[in-house]
Amino acid sequence: MDIQKISVIGGIGKDGIPEKVTRFDLKMGDIVSIVGPTGCGKTTLINDIELFANKNTPSERKILINDEPIPDDFSFDPSKHPIALISQHTNFLSDLPVGEFLEIHAKIRGAENIEQMINETLNFANQLTGEAIIKETAMTELSGGQTRSLLIADAVIIGNSPIILLDEIENAGIHRTKALKLLKKYQKIFVFVTHDPRIALLSDFRIIMKNGAMQKMITTNEEEKWAALGLKKIDDVMLEFRKFIRAGEEITDNVFNEQISGLASSYQLYLKKRKLFLNKKTA
Amino acid sequence: MKLIIFAGPPTCGKTTVIRQVIRRIIKKNLKPAYLKIDVLFADEDEQLKREFGIPTKKIYSGELCPDHCNVVVLDEVVEWAEQQGAEYLFVETAGLCLRCSPYIENSLGIVVLEATSGMNLPRKIGPMLTLADISVITKIDLVSQAEREVFRYRILEAAKGITVVESNALYGIGIDPIVRDILKSNDIEQPMFLKGNPPVGTCTICVGKKEIGAKNHFGVLRTMENDLFYVGE
Repeated sequence: MDIQKISVIGGIGKDGIPEKVTRFDLKMGDIVSIVGPTGCGKTTLINDIELFANKNTPSERKILINDEPIPDDFSFDPSKHPIALISQHTNFLSDLPVGEFLEIHAKIRGAENIEQMINETLNFANQLTGEAIIKETAMTELSGGQTRSLLIADAVIIGNSPIILLDEIENAGIHRTKALKLLKKYQKIFVFVTHDPRIALLSDFRIIMKNGAMQKMITTNEEEKWAALGLKKIDDVMLEFRKFIRAGEEITDNVFNEQISGLASSYQLYLKKRKLFLNKKTA
Repeated sequence: MKLIIFAGPPTCGKTTVIRQVIRRIIKKNLKPAYLKIDVLFADEDEQLKREFGIPTKKIYSGELCPDHCNVVVLDEVVEWAEQQGAEYLFVETAGLCLRCSPYIENSLGIVVLEATSGMNLPRKIGPMLTLADISVITKIDLVSQAEREVFRYRILEAAKGITVVESNALYGIGIDPIVRDILKSNDIEQPMFLKGNPPVGTCTICVGKKEIGAKNHFGVLRTMENDLFYVGE
């Protein structure tokens, strides 16, 4: 199946009241976030997408592919399933070495150049994680961050799934912004369930959930894109602090002040750049 | 009356799947009954009776293998369910040794397997999988996409033509296609026959012999290197 677009048609919330967002479309290349407090139905929404719900789940939502519903008895060939879901609970159970495991998956997917595909997958994963994954490591020996990175890389490259759903990956110890940058290169649909303001602001749009219902949809505008850039500075400072803590150093007044004043001056620089950009735009 | 037999390793989620199925059957104003066959302990019958107010029954197989027990009691159970006015009889068996299969000819057989039991499971179980009509894979949210694909592929490799349903039964995900097949299934045909043959042999262990080694047993035997041979009258 050649997927161009998937659409989510709103159903009802937990209270049975119709959802305010009645429809949203996802086109290839889109990055979308689903946000809202814990228990508001974010995971249910991506489960509906994964199942191609057709008014047959509690939310009564309908998922369309290229404007058509998926027939009830439609069953995907395992090697062609268009959706990969990586959740907070998803894990590798196999104790095979990484290389062998990826080879099995690539074979089932009918890949031609298996060796090259495995290397590309590892290369991708290793850009997301701090510690490099080597082919000979057993899957079960991978750290949390390595596992998450490999799950994503495998879904993107070997699985080549056109639609990838990522449920709260920010807690997994991977480079989030690097992940987003890398993912943008592949023409796919990425849906993030997230509490992370940067992931939300780097998305093309976001769906706000409340009480099981899609409440609102916000398209990321120019102003918010600038805000995302500004937030990066704060993130960078947090990362610096993390480095200090990890290295066993004390956060003295000096260290703290140095970082925060660094943040203040980079904020001034950021404001200047932004002004310059806006001036250019109006000119 | 229609008979639907659920088999699968312990704790794989059979009851959770059945609970979701029964909920939908009742919604359609149809009448289910439920039988649980287990070895030593089960309280699923009481749970389902409390929850749905439907006729339920449990049978402990005790010294018998649960699938063997199923074969010898099923005719009486069918009679009981018919007396209760049931239109659908759901039987849940423990299916422990994986060499037998409890399915009945022309009735629906459903095997429940958990995705978390590893990619090799579909290669390790025999007729319980290969003679089933539907294979329900549970706990799909816990394993990687890659392993799910391999699991599914290997089920289809072992049991060609089987319907594979991936489900997260706790949330009622993936249950509707099972219900659809149940509604389409045949009424019980009497006399009932097992779909497959049980493994060849009389089990001396099942009848109480505990000594280790072929020399202590009779019936169909084998040694480490040799094929099957027969000792006895």
